Amino acid sequence: MIEPEARRDRPFLSVENLSVAFPTEDGLVRAVDGVSFQLERGKTLAIVGESGSGKSVTAQAIMGLHNRKATQISGQIWLDNQELVGMPLPEVQDLRGNEMAMIFQDPMSSLHPFYRIGDQITEAIRVHRKISKAAARQETLDMLRHVGIPAVERRIDAYPHQLSGGMRQRVMIAMALINSPQLLIADEPTTALDVTVQAQILELIQRLQGEFGTTVIVITHDLGIVADMADEVAVMYGARIVEQAPTAILYDRAEMPYTLGLLASIPRMDRALTERLDPIRGNPPSPINLPKGCVFQPRCKYWELNVDRNLPLNVRPELVEAEPGHWVRCHLPPEVRRRISREVIHGLTEVSST
Amino acid sequence: MVGYLIRRLIGMFVLLFLLSVTVFVLFSMLPGDPARLTCGKACSPEIVASNRHRLGLDEPVIVQYQKFVTGIFAGRVYAPNSPDPVVCEAPCLGYSFFRRETVGSLLTRAAPVTFWLAIGAFLIWIAVGLFLGIIAALNRGKWLDRLIMGISLIGYSMPSFFIGLVFVFFIIIKLQWLPFPSFVQPWDNPIGFLQTMILPWIVLAILYAAFYIRLTRNQVLETFGEDYVRTARSKGLPERVVVVKHALRAGLTPIVTAAGLDLAGLLGGAIISENIFSLPGLGSLAVDSVLQSDLPVITGLTLVTASLIIFANLVVDLFYAVIDPRVRIG
Repeated sequence: MIEPEARRDRPFLSVENLSVAFPTEDGLVRAVDGVSFQLERGKTLAIVGESGSGKSVTAQAIMGLHNRKATQISGQIWLDNQELVGMPLPEVQDLRGNEMAMIFQDPMSSLHPFYRIGDQITEAIRVHRKISKAAARQETLDMLRHVGIPAVERRIDAYPHQLSGGMRQRVMIAMALINSPQLLIADEPTTALDVTVQAQILELIQRLQGEFGTTVIVITHDLGIVADMADEVAVMYGARIVEQAPTAILYDRAEMPYTLGLLASIPRMDRALTERLDPIRGNPPSPINLPKGCVFQPRCKYWELNVDRNLPLNVRPELVEAEPGHWVRCHLPPEVRRRISREVIHGLTEVSST
Repeated sequence: MVGYLIRRLIGMFVLLFLLSVTVFVLFSMLPGDPARLTCGKACSPEIVASNRHRLGLDEPVIVQYQKFVTGIFAGRVYAPNSPDPVVCEAPCLGYSFFRRETVGSLLTRAAPVTFWLAIGAFLIWIAVGLFLGIIAALNRGKWLDRLIMGISLIGYSMPSFFIGLVFVFFIIIKLQWLPFPSFVQPWDNPIGFLQTMILPWIVLAILYAAFYIRLTRNQVLETFGEDYVRTARSKGLPERVVVVKHALRAGLTPIVTAAGLDLAGLLGGAIISENIFSLPGLGSLAVDSVLQSDLPVITGLTLVTASLIIFANLVVDLFYAVIDPRVRIG
């Protein structure tokens, strides 16, 4: 009886040293490089980063949606004590849409244009559970009603193009949650939607998470939308996690210059009109040819603080624990990081208090 | 849907009207005198002139066109005042002075040959094109894919008159595996029919199949990258269902519709194949008529072929509307 005891120690979702690479004509793309995180049941993790940072590939690796033949994947992904990396496809298919489900960025292109939305949802039910068509349809009606779609008796037989963007995303959410999955991955769930609808969709996800006790990973490039939603934030840059902390800590005292750059580029109503947004200069690095040392160094405006020139240019910084639960990957000395953090975040606070 | 259909039908008639005017005007401006074809080499200018008048060829083009159109709907009589008037019943597409036969009966005789040729080749090329295209796409980058694409490239780059002549020379003349082609109706002599048609079918199908293999492969690969295919996988559907129900259903629709148009084009006559295998179809008729400046036949053929293509367009669009709900609301 030692085994179950040992098993119980593993968090609900545990990603351990995950690396994903796929060959292209231009070379090997290291999309994810040594990513680890843990997530307890019912909690929400936000993975934040620019496009190409590896956040979506991480999510697809969990779902097993990467190209299984071409992709090189290493590390471990434990979901409810089952190892997903290397799991045979039929077993992964049993989990997909059942224990773990995913919603995507663009609900228009993610729904099949040829099939009625009701049929697309009942298909998800009947692939995992042996119930009658009528029962599946009833369940679909209930779920569509639950995600806030009006006149469901009519809408269930609608085609995706007959619905608005917000409605389509509600359909996607209904489809993802129809088998009460324990893990829901939302990949940029609001990016393709109108601003007015974005908040509704996020609220819906949170409400359903509360009701079903779902564990949620939300992937976004927008630090602004995760503040109310996530318990924990992982910031990804250049295929790695560069900073991770509980949400409150991250917003209060993020230390990694990239995270600070993201925070500084959120438009804020409380900022003085004269103050301009402070975007991060330059572009993300090519995932084929990542810099040898710190991947953010070429864009880091604090690198010049390295007056002694003693920071290692060709060595990758490790993820170190700045305080309990707060991990930072940065060459800058801790006292320098904390000073910058106070400047950037405190500076913002100062403006808002005047 | 009904409104859409009516609009399309009206559009179809407008198009046919414009087309008939264009064809008629164009051909009436060509050099060459149709009346000259009404009698042999030893023909005096007086006879030509009287024939021209008898056949109404000395009237203005607009009057000739009006009679032509009337003939289509009501039939017409050529040379009504002569001792042997020619009655051409509706739909009258004209009268070949050269062959001394109505265009309608010429077409009716040639059409079945072309029909069987086109249908047989169509079935072969669709089956081969889709099958090999899908196989290549599912094995993308592997040796099977390369092999199929290589074969397709060879098929694509071989002119059909070359393949046709090679077939005739080796299979019919040298090896004598098949008799010389001589068209018979399938219900009169099924074996003779197959023996005649099998080579033309293959020759015609090779070119199209090569094209459709590439088309299918690209289309399927493109569809596999669609977000809704990823959604289907994320639902936990088995790969077979993902491929057939979600990817292929959407990916093959444009191919089937393109095939409909190609088939319609072929039904207007496969000039090269019909000539090589001496099949008396519309393509052979067209070539002969052009060589003999037999304008009424060319005019009739052009109209019929164009109508076929326009009609096929309509059918294909309706078919698309049935398959793709996004097209349905017109």
